[in-house]
Amino acid sequence: MTRKLGPYAMLLPAFAILGVALGYPLVRQLVMSFQEFGRAQQFGQPAPWVGLDNYRALFTDSTMWGVVTRSLAFCAVNVVVTMLIGTALAVLLKRVNRTARLTLQISMLLTWAMPVIAAMTSWQWLFDTRYGVINWVLTKLGFESFHHHNWLTETWSFYFVATVIVVWMSVPFVMFTVYAALTQVSDDTLEAGQLDGATAWQRFRHIVYPTIRPVLTITMLLQIVWDLRVFAQIYYLQGVGGTPSKTHLLGTYIYTLGIGQNDYAMASALAMFVLVLTLVLTSYYVRSLLKESDA
Amino acid sequence: MSRRTTGRLWSGAAILIALVWAFPVYWIVNSAFQPSDRLRSTDPAWFPVDLTGSGFGRVFDDEFLASLKLSMTVTLIAIVVAGLCAFLGAVAISRFRFRGRLQLVLVVLAIQMIPPEALFVSQYKMLDEWGMFDTVAGLGLLYIAMILPFTLWMLRGFVDGVPIELEEAAMVDGCGRIRAFFTITFPLLAPGLVASSVYGFLQAWNEFTLAVVVMSPDNRTLPLWLRGLSDVSNDAIDWPGVMAGATLVAVPVIVFFMAIQSRMTSGLVSGAVKG
Repeated sequence: MTRKLGPYAMLLPAFAILGVALGYPLVRQLVMSFQEFGRAQQFGQPAPWVGLDNYRALFTDSTMWGVVTRSLAFCAVNVVVTMLIGTALAVLLKRVNRTARLTLQISMLLTWAMPVIAAMTSWQWLFDTRYGVINWVLTKLGFESFHHHNWLTETWSFYFVATVIVVWMSVPFVMFTVYAALTQVSDDTLEAGQLDGATAWQRFRHIVYPTIRPVLTITMLLQIVWDLRVFAQIYYLQGVGGTPSKTHLLGTYIYTLGIGQNDYAMASALAMFVLVLTLVLTSYYVRSLLKESDA
Repeated sequence: MSRRTTGRLWSGAAILIALVWAFPVYWIVNSAFQPSDRLRSTDPAWFPVDLTGSGFGRVFDDEFLASLKLSMTVTLIAIVVAGLCAFLGAVAISRFRFRGRLQLVLVVLAIQMIPPEALFVSQYKMLDEWGMFDTVAGLGLLYIAMILPFTLWMLRGFVDGVPIELEEAAMVDGCGRIRAFFTITFPLLAPGLVASSVYGFLQAWNEFTLAVVVMSPDNRTLPLWLRGLSDVSNDAIDWPGVMAGATLVAVPVIVFFMAIQSRMTSGLVSGAVKG
């Protein structure tokens, strides 16, 4: 008897905590997403059921839909740029001498290790209107309009700064994983390909790419999920000069709705959307990890 | 162009990219070692000059110490509790065959990917109702749940890595199952426990989003404290001070990160690399 229950007992503490900290809020959130929270609820009235109204608003309300599409677009652009730069640097890493390789690796490790808020302060300072290095360099290069230029007031410019920061932070992981995959590509096969007269592009397309494709897929999936959660970066930039109402992405908008305006219903519906989206994207990743470990 | 010259060109490009990429990190340290008025001149100060570190002196105040204490407490609680629970769970999953095992692993892996944004409003409401808003216990609970899934997954890999035959041999020699585990397998797991604790430390120490949601301005973890230093409402931002603060927050992280970085890459994509 004890032998059978043993493993369950050992798993109980872990799942009890996850149940309290994540499971319970999840169920509450699901319930709230079908309710309505207005002024009356702030005075203790029970929240009425509204069925799918909140979810319908996600796709019909222009503000809401704006936030959803902006977030998806932001995520897509960041993932593409990060993957391209990361992969290019991994390929570059294979072709350079020892000193250059070491220098690039150390530089990437340093960036990767930076705590997100410490990095944000640095970028805030670099993009500073009056004393920032970026404005100084651009002005010196002849772009006079960047003298005392404020990067955060315009929406597009705000997203540009956010993209620079997110890409800067994310490239190291991509570079290191893709580089690790590239080292698995067989040199013998590459040499044979060369002897048979394959061009560099053909060798990449038919020998290198098939080998690293699984890694690229997984890395990209992780990037998609990670670039959907950019609350810290956006919240930080909004706090130091961005216009929140024009620059909300999913995370900051959920926060504003739920905690700023006590509209738990819409906040919950949006959060459920993020959750489902993440789980759908993640299912492939989870399966591939399981396949490897034969759990 | 000869092969050698193109090789040199690529190497030069790589070094240039490395310098550009690391510049924001350099800029933190450099700016931390400037006299406060120097950063308000027209041209940037490219090299550290004020080696007295007066910026550090200005930010090293009671508020910093309070935040340091809060961060250390919450992080320690999270690592210890999550570590213990994850360890028990990892042994169960790795050493026992039982019904629902695969489903549990799936759940753990899926949970690990849930972004804080997808639950934080509901978590805030829950803690608020339980009187745990703005408390160490409340934030600690969320942090435990945040680092537990990956710690469990990581430790499971380490337990799997110790052949069960070692334990069985000890059992043949008359050891009980539990004693066999603790004398044979447990010592071999030490590096795994260290690595997963460091990983948990990094997660909790750097966490910003949940801390914004469930802590008040009176109780700030280090990232929130750092964020407060460069608040825009503060007209005369003390940039050397802010950068000194950023250095203080980042240094322990960078040290620990370097220690386990090779494990982090392989852990996250091992499935894909081995195909």
